[in-house]
Amino acid sequence: MTEQKQEKELLAISSGDAAQPFRWSVGKHGSKFLAELRDNKKLFGVKCPKCGRVYVPPRMVCGRCWAQMDEFVPVKDTGEIVVCTIVQFSFVDPNTGIQRPVPYGYAFVKLDGADTAIPHFLDSTDPDKVKVGARVKAVFEEKRTGSLMDIKHFAVL
Amino acid sequence: MEKVGIVGVGQTTYERSKEAPVDELVFEAASKALKDAGGDMGHIDNIITVSNDFWDGRTISSMAIQDAAGSWGKDISTVEGDGTFGTFYGMMRILSGSFDTTLVVSHMKGSEGIMNLITNAMFDPIYQRSLGIDATSSAALQARLYMKMSGATEEDFARVSVKNHKNAKNNPLAQLAMDITVADVLKSKKIAEPLKLLDCSPISDGAAAVVLANEKGAKRFKNSPVWVKGVAHCSDAYSLGYRDLSRAPALAEASGRAFKMAGIKNPLKDLDVAEVYDAYSYMEPMWYEGMGLAKEGGGKDLIRSGATEMGGELPVNPSGGVLSAHPVLVAGMARLIEAVLQVRGEAEKRQVKGAKTALAHGINGPCGQAHCVFIVGS
Repeated sequence: MTEQKQEKELLAISSGDAAQPFRWSVGKHGSKFLAELRDNKKLFGVKCPKCGRVYVPPRMVCGRCWAQMDEFVPVKDTGEIVVCTIVQFSFVDPNTGIQRPVPYGYAFVKLDGADTAIPHFLDSTDPDKVKVGARVKAVFEEKRTGSLMDIKHFAVL
Repeated sequence: MEKVGIVGVGQTTYERSKEAPVDELVFEAASKALKDAGGDMGHIDNIITVSNDFWDGRTISSMAIQDAAGSWGKDISTVEGDGTFGTFYGMMRILSGSFDTTLVVSHMKGSEGIMNLITNAMFDPIYQRSLGIDATSSAALQARLYMKMSGATEEDFARVSVKNHKNAKNNPLAQLAMDITVADVLKSKKIAEPLKLLDCSPISDGAAAVVLANEKGAKRFKNSPVWVKGVAHCSDAYSLGYRDLSRAPALAEASGRAFKMAGIKNPLKDLDVAEVYDAYSYMEPMWYEGMGLAKEGGGKDLIRSGATEMGGELPVNPSGGVLSAHPVLVAGMARLIEAVLQVRGEAEKRQVKGAKTALAHGINGPCGQAHCVFIVGS
């Protein structure tokens, strides 16, 4: 466990393989969103009764109005890139433990019918295609488990 | 000092595994507190949230619940520690002169992480963590030393568990309301000697909120405030090896200062009800001594005498206490809310008749490293 650093005897203690697992409840709204995605490849938002904004993914509270949101509304599987980047550095995906090949692109996508954007991967790393305002469409996984990763990625149209 | 009062209180029920995510729990508690105050979010000048990254499994966990806490367009800050400490900070922000009202929210989903790992991680990683030490096994160390110092027995600790779980039957929000006997506690599963299962508080989910106001701010709300008469907090050493675990000098200091501020000379007589942080049964008599309700080593006599039962000279934990629901970080705020309800005469079946002055107590860190004491009164 003890690592000797350089020649000056400055020691450190390693955490080793210590892990802190969690099981986060997603609530009723999140459960409906993820179940519809898994079972029907349908995407839903929730509409604020005060400002009318449609939040995707759905949450219970509109922070702007401090109002409870319960009205589910369907949104499309198409939308546009609000912001994006092409990542050139590699890292180990904390959810899978797998090193993601680089480069890869990800974006925040505003689905048609939504007022907020969701983050996801893109199918392209072509800087001429991966641009703010580009149209995209969700590509669904064949085997879906009830997570946002049931969308494989967004195809840049 | 300018007066600061608690004008609204709100709590969720406390349960082992609540379906709602943390933001929904915070929204529920905050909504209830504002409704109770007779006002709305527009009356709130600033917000304090209480959260902990390890428990929430997020970095800067406070950010995740700010929308739900009503922070849009408002000044918001955070305390990582018990809700009593968050409330103390909320008071300070009013006393700074910058704000007239503060909403303080706290939340916990103990069911979403692994308690032993999370509380193990509060210990020093260089010299202590590899023992596997956690909240419960360190509490066992303290219980052992306290027994040796005071002569308190496992039966005495069991009496606390019996009393508080029975009291919880009068609290619809409590998680573990039970009629049990001293024998039941003694024969419950051994956890870490001398602690058995029924000496230990449960893993809990829930949220709580309080609305604070100075005299000017209180006029915005329909409800009348319960005033903070005295408040103080104090901390002991981080390492258990640097502390005398059988005593609680930080509590003596915090309660002494709070009593002085509130004009309390004999707390056993002058207080009408107390809600204390009994995360483990042995803590209650130990905290009696720390607060001067009993002399050193005399906590056991107070519990044996029945003075702290409902109908006794000073009922302690009419709500069922932390043994009956332990949402970490929320639990001290829940004590404060119970104290407020008692002073208002709104504690329903658990009401201590004619309660005018109440004590609420919160702790931070292993074995009560830090203590915060509130005295509230009408």
